[in-house]
Amino acid sequence: MKFISLKKNLSLHLLYLILSMIFVSNVNAKNIVSIDASEQSTDVTQSSHAQLEKLIPQLQVKNFKKKIASVKQLADIKNPQNITILEALLDSRLYYQKADKSVVIIQKKDNQYEIFSPLDNSKIGLVEKKTIKKITTNNKLRKTIRTLLAQKKVSHTDLIIRQAALKEILTSSDASLLPVLQQAKTNESDDSQKELLTLAIALIEVDSKDRSTRLSAIKILGNSVFPRAKGKLEQVLMTNEQGSFIEQDKDIIKASQKALKRIDSKLSLFSNLETLFFGLSLGSVLLLAAIGLSITFGVMGVINMAHGELIMLGAYTTYLVQQAMPNDIGLSLIVAIPAAFIVSGLFGIAIERGVIRHLYGRPLETLLATFGISLLLQQMVRTLISAQNVPVITPSWLSGSLVFNPAFAITYNRIYIFFFALMVFASLMLILKKTSLGLQVRAVAQNRSMATAMGIKTQWVDSLTFGLGSGVAGVAGVALSQLTNVGPNLGQAYIIDSFMVVVFGGVENLWGTLVAAMTLGITNKFLEPWAGAVMSKIIVLIFLIIFIQKRPNGLFPQKGRSSGGH
Amino acid sequence: MIINHFFPQFMHKDTGGKLLLSLLALITIIVVTFNFLVAESSAWHMPTYMVTLLGKYLCLALLAIALDLVWGYCGILSLGHAAFFALGGYAMGMYLMRQIGDRGVYGNPELPDFMVFLNWSELPWYWYGFESFAFTALMILLVPGLLAYVFGWMTFRSRVTGVYLSIMTQALTYALMLAFFRNEMGLGGNNGLTDFKDILGFSLQSDGTRIVIFSLSALALAMGYIASRFIVESKLGKTVVAIRDAELRTRFIGYKVENFKLWIFVFSAMLAGVAGALYVPQVGIINPGEFSPLNSIELAIWVAIGGRGTLFGAVIGALLVNYAKTYFTGALPEFWLFALGTLFIVSTLYLPKGIVGLFERFQNKTSENKLEEKTA
Repeated sequence: MKFISLKKNLSLHLLYLILSMIFVSNVNAKNIVSIDASEQSTDVTQSSHAQLEKLIPQLQVKNFKKKIASVKQLADIKNPQNITILEALLDSRLYYQKADKSVVIIQKKDNQYEIFSPLDNSKIGLVEKKTIKKITTNNKLRKTIRTLLAQKKVSHTDLIIRQAALKEILTSSDASLLPVLQQAKTNESDDSQKELLTLAIALIEVDSKDRSTRLSAIKILGNSVFPRAKGKLEQVLMTNEQGSFIEQDKDIIKASQKALKRIDSKLSLFSNLETLFFGLSLGSVLLLAAIGLSITFGVMGVINMAHGELIMLGAYTTYLVQQAMPNDIGLSLIVAIPAAFIVSGLFGIAIERGVIRHLYGRPLETLLATFGISLLLQQMVRTLISAQNVPVITPSWLSGSLVFNPAFAITYNRIYIFFFALMVFASLMLILKKTSLGLQVRAVAQNRSMATAMGIKTQWVDSLTFGLGSGVAGVAGVALSQLTNVGPNLGQAYIIDSFMVVVFGGVENLWGTLVAAMTLGITNKFLEPWAGAVMSKIIVLIFLIIFIQKRPNGLFPQKGRSSGGH
Repeated sequence: MIINHFFPQFMHKDTGGKLLLSLLALITIIVVTFNFLVAESSAWHMPTYMVTLLGKYLCLALLAIALDLVWGYCGILSLGHAAFFALGGYAMGMYLMRQIGDRGVYGNPELPDFMVFLNWSELPWYWYGFESFAFTALMILLVPGLLAYVFGWMTFRSRVTGVYLSIMTQALTYALMLAFFRNEMGLGGNNGLTDFKDILGFSLQSDGTRIVIFSLSALALAMGYIASRFIVESKLGKTVVAIRDAELRTRFIGYKVENFKLWIFVFSAMLAGVAGALYVPQVGIINPGEFSPLNSIELAIWVAIGGRGTLFGAVIGALLVNYAKTYFTGALPEFWLFALGTLFIVSTLYLPKGIVGLFERFQNKTSENKLEEKTA
């Protein structure tokens, strides 16, 4: 019964996972709150409101010159509402009502238009199209508005609005914004924002007339990994049809080439880092899929072809748990982990009791019988749930990505799965090394008849070991449900890979499984860029087939008398 | 026994085999008579689709014999035998593709349709020679044989056995499936090779050609059976059985175990290749799905159901399971996987010697009863 007490250790890990997840979701929530607060805290003085009231009707004059003048005046008012109005005008959503000439912001809704007051965004009502008329704009007006908006936004008091505005400016650098950006840079207090402003200015200044300004701008671009910076440098280095540079200044060409080289070496470093991370994440998926098999195949010597289907059952358990608690998607995933462990574990014990028990010592027959079970389980899911893939929702704390810089970002779900796989691995290690069940499992694996002689109930140990391996497969299914489609064929996609991992790592060796999974994952991902996804998989398979010829017992062969005897 | 005059010496004790070959001859005569000689309007006429279906079964039975040879007699459970079958099929498919000539949708005399579709300008080198039937026939034997030779040479030499070997063969067929799914492979990618027109100048749609291919399948099955029986009755066969039962002991006596294994494995792969080559013109398509590991495992269950190590048991298993498959996928499509899954479990748990074993047990009981009656 020591087994149960040490299961607490596993639950401690789970608790840690849950706590860390709650922490992350709290941080998100705080961000949202801070946005709201900043919007409310901007004080709206009475006088600015009056000015707004006075200026809005002037927007509907026909004369564009006058319109531009009033737009400029409008932008000067210290009232956040003017941004809304200018944006509406830019998007052609600013209309006036034909009846009383009052200006409104519209929002299309079915065949009608919802209208809002430009003063405070309050909803006025629902109107037909013919009762309202658009306030027209021309190119010059739009350009003015764009500049004014950019100016207002990059120097806005709220950092989030400043960041968003700058992001937009960086995608379409507009030379006329140069003074605005320079102004904003002197007032900027945030460091990363200041850096981006420098970059935005440099992107414009590359095309300036002054040579030294251009050179310093090129230098700045060379330090950035923004895709636009690279694009701009390539633009400078454009060649004509004869292959000679359009740019005449040799120093500029040299500086640009140097800067481009710098960017390229940085980008390749980041892309290698990214590939490494993709490899680790594929490796952790393989580890999760294979580790249960490593126990049943490695420790018990049982070929379980239904292992993939036990993973699939775990994924379906996730789906069913989500169906049962649709309002707590975030929590449902946590609940699904023990649920999947139990469901797949029970199925595993049933398989062991019902079929595998009668086939010990006949590995080829076990292989065929468990394959039959896998067909039964697949068809069971098809009949009971659906032949189509089922939707499993990704909770908010798993979506999104951790952005290091524009060239390197990691999605959260892959980070979580990496650590989750390691945690599952550690828990299994603990169970096998530190519990009495683990001791008995290892004893039975090493010498079955001697273990029986020492009073170990081998049959009972077999069932529990198989249940443990199957339960871990179920837990792997929960993780996989966040990465791939959940359907009846989910398990088949992983079974051969899992076997390869176990065989590559060496039987009866969990460390071997860990190393093998990570090696195969990383190799696969590094082959992918030049061989293609399918081809790299084929190469890895062929490599494995040849590897097994050389070292039939895997990377870390089992030591002892029983090895190689079968 | 008079019937022994029709069979070679080594088959005289093989009652099952004699029965099987006689039945095969009978079926061929019946099919030819009722499909070809009886007028189409007659109620006795056998529809051509049925002939094709039977022909398909016979090819699969030949494939089952190939697996039984390595599994039942040599103890190598190959879970990649469908790969050899598919390779033979692809070789035949390439020949049939080249026979289409300019009758394809794009009317290109040199390139098959899918290559025109992929904007290829010339035929890849490995397609050369497939316009000749003799070359194709050679390839049908050589390609699966060579793959089996290379794979077997590496595997048997390093003494990979048992489930490891099974998983390796499964990985092999899986890798081949992934490779054949690629368009860059130049073998039709996902869609495979299809839209065949004729073989050796005879239209594949005509009843006469189909009857001939059917008869050839029956002949191939019979020849394959006789050759396999000859091998297992020979000295080589006895050694192979010894390897199955006690590999180490055989090795210590002085036999080069890996050579025997390799020989039987390569022969079996060639047999599978022939089965595939006869299968393709009858079904009219070959695609990478044939490489799927599921097919190979299903094949193992035919052999297990029929009875391993008997050769005719494999034929019985292949015919029965495939007939059941045709029936269930038509009548109760949902039920088929349940039935197949149960078949796997039941046959391994309760029928270790398959249907043939069941029959023998029954026969032994009756003879024992007779013996008791006599002594009583």
